[in-house]
Amino acid sequence: MSLNKGKPCRRVAELSLESIVGLMPWTYDYDLAVIGGGSGGLAAAKEAAQLGLKVVLFDYVKPTAKGTTWGLGGTCVNVGCIPKKIMHYAGLLGKSIKDARYLGWNLPEYTQFDWNLLVEKVQNYIKMLNFSYKVSLRSAKVCYINALAYITTNNEIEYFLNEKSYKIHSRAIIIAVGSRPFVPRDVPGAFELTITSDDIFSLEKSPGKTLIVGGSYIALECASFLNDLNFDVTVSVRSVVLRGFDRQCSNKVMNNLEELGVKFKFKNLPSKIEKCEREDKLLVTYTNGERDLFDTVLYAVGRVAETKNLGLENVGIIVGLDGKIPVNERDETSATNVYAVGDVAQGRLELTPTAIQAGEYLARRLAAVSSKIVNYNNVPTTVFASYEYSSVGYSQEKAKEYFGKENIEVYLREFSSLELSAAHRLKNERLWADEFDKEASPQCLSKLICLKSEDEKVVGFHFIGPNAGEICQGFALAIKLGAKKSDFDELIGIHPTDAESFCTLSVTLASGQDFRVSAGCGGGKCG
Amino acid sequence: MAPIGDGPDYDLVVIGGGSGGLAAAKEAASLGAKVAVLDYVTPTPKGTRWGLGGTCVNVGCIPKKLMHQAALLGDAIEDSQSYGWQFSNPENIKHDWGILRQAVQNHVKSVNWVTRVELRDKKVDYINGLGLFKDAHTVQTTTKQGERTITSKYFLIAVGGRPRYPNIPGATEYGITSDDVFSLEDSPGKTLVIGAGYIGLECAGFLRGLGYDATVMVRSVVLRGFDQQMAGLISAAMEERGVKFLRKCVPKSIEKAIDGKLLVKWTSENGQEFGDTFDTVLFAIGRRALTREMQVEKAGVQVAGDGEKIDAVNEQTNVPHIYAVGDVLYKKPELTPVAIHAGRLLARRLFGNSTVQMDYENVATTVFSPLEYGCVGISEEVALQRYGEDNVEIYHAYYKPTEFFIPQRSIAHCYIKVIAKRGGDQKVLGMHFIGPQAGEVIQGFAAAMKCNLTMNALMSTVGIHPTIAEEFTRINVTKRSGKDPNPASCCS
Repeated sequence: MSLNKGKPCRRVAELSLESIVGLMPWTYDYDLAVIGGGSGGLAAAKEAAQLGLKVVLFDYVKPTAKGTTWGLGGTCVNVGCIPKKIMHYAGLLGKSIKDARYLGWNLPEYTQFDWNLLVEKVQNYIKMLNFSYKVSLRSAKVCYINALAYITTNNEIEYFLNEKSYKIHSRAIIIAVGSRPFVPRDVPGAFELTITSDDIFSLEKSPGKTLIVGGSYIALECASFLNDLNFDVTVSVRSVVLRGFDRQCSNKVMNNLEELGVKFKFKNLPSKIEKCEREDKLLVTYTNGERDLFDTVLYAVGRVAETKNLGLENVGIIVGLDGKIPVNERDETSATNVYAVGDVAQGRLELTPTAIQAGEYLARRLAAVSSKIVNYNNVPTTVFASYEYSSVGYSQEKAKEYFGKENIEVYLREFSSLELSAAHRLKNERLWADEFDKEASPQCLSKLICLKSEDEKVVGFHFIGPNAGEICQGFALAIKLGAKKSDFDELIGIHPTDAESFCTLSVTLASGQDFRVSAGCGGGKCG
Repeated sequence: MAPIGDGPDYDLVVIGGGSGGLAAAKEAASLGAKVAVLDYVTPTPKGTRWGLGGTCVNVGCIPKKLMHQAALLGDAIEDSQSYGWQFSNPENIKHDWGILRQAVQNHVKSVNWVTRVELRDKKVDYINGLGLFKDAHTVQTTTKQGERTITSKYFLIAVGGRPRYPNIPGATEYGITSDDVFSLEDSPGKTLVIGAGYIGLECAGFLRGLGYDATVMVRSVVLRGFDQQMAGLISAAMEERGVKFLRKCVPKSIEKAIDGKLLVKWTSENGQEFGDTFDTVLFAIGRRALTREMQVEKAGVQVAGDGEKIDAVNEQTNVPHIYAVGDVLYKKPELTPVAIHAGRLLARRLFGNSTVQMDYENVATTVFSPLEYGCVGISEEVALQRYGEDNVEIYHAYYKPTEFFIPQRSIAHCYIKVIAKRGGDQKVLGMHFIGPQAGEVIQGFAAAMKCNLTMNALMSTVGIHPTIAEEFTRINVTKRSGKDPNPASCCS
C-alpha cells in the first residue's frame, strides 16, 4: 500500500485502545483515521494528535445539486453556524439603521442592500477559516487528505486521488461525516430547481422573493435574515414551527417574525415547482391549488447523513432511515474499532459544541488518558431568528410529561428591550389594524420552568429577545449546577439589561395573571 | 392634610422616590402598610430638574443606556456598509443631538408617568416636597399646598446622592454634571470630562461615539476600585476610538474665554500648567449623599466617617426606627438593583414577618463604556491580597467576536478573565469580561457563581455557538503558565 504523503509508518507504542479484536499482524499506518473534517472530526483529530497518536483526516465535499462546494471545516464553518450568524448580524444591522434614525442619526428613509457584497465578505471569511484549519492540522501533525473515504474493513480505508486508489490502515476509525439537507424527490421540480442552506450562503444571484419550505430552526433562521435584508419571504410549514421546542416560545418566535413581515403558510406545502421561463422565476403550486411566483425556493425540511457510499455494509453497520449511525454512550458503533461522532451519530444533538466535545473526549478515551463521556443533559441552544430564542433544559411540554403537570410551576414575563422600546419599532405595515396599531408587540419573553417537588429547582430556561445566545450561556451553567428559583430571586440584576428579567420573575402561568410588562425599563425595574 | 387621630400618620415614610425608596414603599404597601413617599429634586446649578423616579430613571441608568445605544448605533451604521448596506453619502452621516435628547426625554417622561401610576395603584401617598427631619419621629416638608409635618412608625432614608462639584473657580458657574447632560439643550460640542470613574468613562464614551471631541481628565487611576488590568484595557479601547486622556492631571479653574467657550486650566503630575478651551466641561468626580439637606442630625442619625453617608447595619441606622437604603448607604454598591432588592427585603422584614437579610456580596455590574466591561466577584488585586498568589489561579483569554471580522473592528481589547482558587474544585472567585453586550453576557454567570461555580463545571459546560459568551467555556490558559492567551481559530 502507499500513503499519500509518502512518510514512513511510525511505530505506535504504549497505546491501549478500547478494543483490539481483529488486529492485523502488520504495523498500522495510523492510530486514528477520521472521516469528516467538520466540528467533531477536527476536534477528535487535533486532540488525538496532541496526545501523541498518529492521525489522518479525510475531508471531502460532495457538490450540491446546484454545484456548490466548499473547503475544510465541515457544515458549521462553511454552510452552517458561521455564515448564518454573519448574515443574521447583517440583518440586525439593517434594523439598527432604522433605530439609529430615531435616536438622532440623519439617515435616509430607505437603505439599499447589496447581496453580492455580503456574500463576498462571508465567503472571504470562510476561506480564511478553511485556511486556518489546514494550518492547525499541519501544526498538529495531522495528515489531511482531501478525498472521499471508503471503509473496506474495521481497520482499512480506501480512497482515490488523481484516479489512483490508495489504502491506509488504522487502529481506529471515527466517522464524522455529518449530514446534508434533505430535498424531497416526490415534489416535481424540487430537486432540480430549488436550493438549500448548502447554497444560500454563496448564492451568486440575489435571492429576491423567496419561499422557504420547512418549519425547522434552519428554515426560520434563513427566513429571518432574508427578511431582515429586505427580501420578500414566505415560509411554508407542514404542521408546526420548531417541532420539539417549547410551544409557547416557538409561537412567540413565529409571532415576532410575522410582525417583522415574514408570511407563514400552514399545512400548505408546494406540490409542484416549475420554471417560468418568461419571467426567469419559479412557479410554485401548493397542495391547495394556490400558485405563486418566486425568485428562490429553499428547502429546509430536515437533514440526512450521507452514509450510503461510505462502505458501512463492509463492517456490518446498519443505518437508520435518515442515514444516521447507531452509537452507544461511548460513541462506539456496532463495528469494532469504528466510532461515530457529531451529526452522523443517531440520537445526538446536531450542534457544533457537542460534536467538538464528543470528538475531544473520544480522542482522550482512545489515548487512554480519560474515561469521560459527554453529558448531553442541559445543553443550551439558540435559534438565531431575528429575535433570538435560547433555551436550556426542558420545554414546558416535556417537563409536564416527564414530571407531571401538577409538579411544574412556570414563571414568565413578556417585555420590550429598553433600546427597542425607546426606538419605537413598528410592526410590518400589512399588520396595522389602524393608525393606533402600528407599534410592535413586546418582543422579549423570559420563562423559567421549575420543579415544585424539588424546592422549585429550575429545569427549563427560555429566553426570546436580542442577544439570547449571549444571555443564555451563563444561565446554562447555573442550571447545570442545580439552580433553584430562589437562587434566581436572590440574584441581583445588572441594570439596564434584558438578562436581569430573570432576577425578578414573579407572575406564574398558573395564576392567569397578565405577564406582559411595559414599564419602559427593559428587562428590569427602575424602582 | 395629615389625618387627625392617635398614633403616627403612617406606618412608613420614605424620603426619596428613587429605586430603593419606591421599591420599599410599594412592597410595604402591598403588605398592608400605610405608606408615604416624599420626593423632591433640587435643581442643578444649571437649573435642570426632573420628575419622580430618582437618579436611575431620570439622570442615570436609563438615559445613559439610551445615549450609549445611540453611540453604538453610529458604529452599527459604519459596520453595516461592510455587510452590504449602502448609503448614498456615507461621509455626510451625522448625529443630531436635539433629536436624541428629545427621544431620551420622551422615554424618561413615559417612565416617570408609569412610576407615578404604580404608586397610585399601590395606594402609596406621594408628596412632592423636600423632606427634612424635625425630630426622630417627625418629618416636615413644604409643598405647593403649604407646610406640613408627618409622623411615622418607621422612616426610610433613600435620598441617594448627587454629583460633586470641585472647589475651584468657575466650577458651578460653567461646569455641568451627569445631572444635566441627558437634557442638555445645546449640543455638547468639544467636551472635557473631569473624572475617570464609570460615570466619566461612560459619558466620554457615548459623546465620542456621537461624533464629539471628548477628553477625560484623570486625577490618579481609571475606574478606581475595579480590576485595574481590565480598567487599563477599557481606557485603551476608548483611546483607540479617539477619546483623549489627560492622566494624573488636576483641574485648577474654568473661565469664559473671549469666544464664549470655556477655558480650563489644569496642572499635570509634575506641576506644569496647561490650558485649553472646550464647549462643555462635565464633572464626574464622585457623588455625595444628600443627608445634610434632610437634617439627619435632628433625628439623631449618625453619619459615617465620610461625613455624609449612613453606616447602617442591615439597613438600620443608629436610631432603631429609622432605616436607610440605596446610594446613601456607606460602603455598599451604588446600583439600582441593589437598592431595589434591599428596599424590598427591608419592607418584608418590617411588615411581612420575613427575616431575610440583603446579601451585598458578588453583585454583578457593568460599565457601559463603548466596549463594555461586565464583572462579578472579586478583582485580581483583591484575590491576590486576600488569598495570596500561590492560592489563586487566573485564567485568561483574548477572543475574536465573529461579527468584528468583516468590518475589521479592533479585537485588541476583547478579553476575558476568570479568577479561581487554586487546587481542589477551583471555586470561581471572579469573572471579568470586556466586549459587546457585557451586561447580557455576565448576568447568567453571576447566577452560576451564586450556585458555587467551579472551574471544572465551567470548562465542561457546552458552549452556545457562535456566541461571545461561550469563550468562557473554552478558557484554559492560566497567567501562571505564561502561555499565549491569544485565540487560535474558531470552532475547535
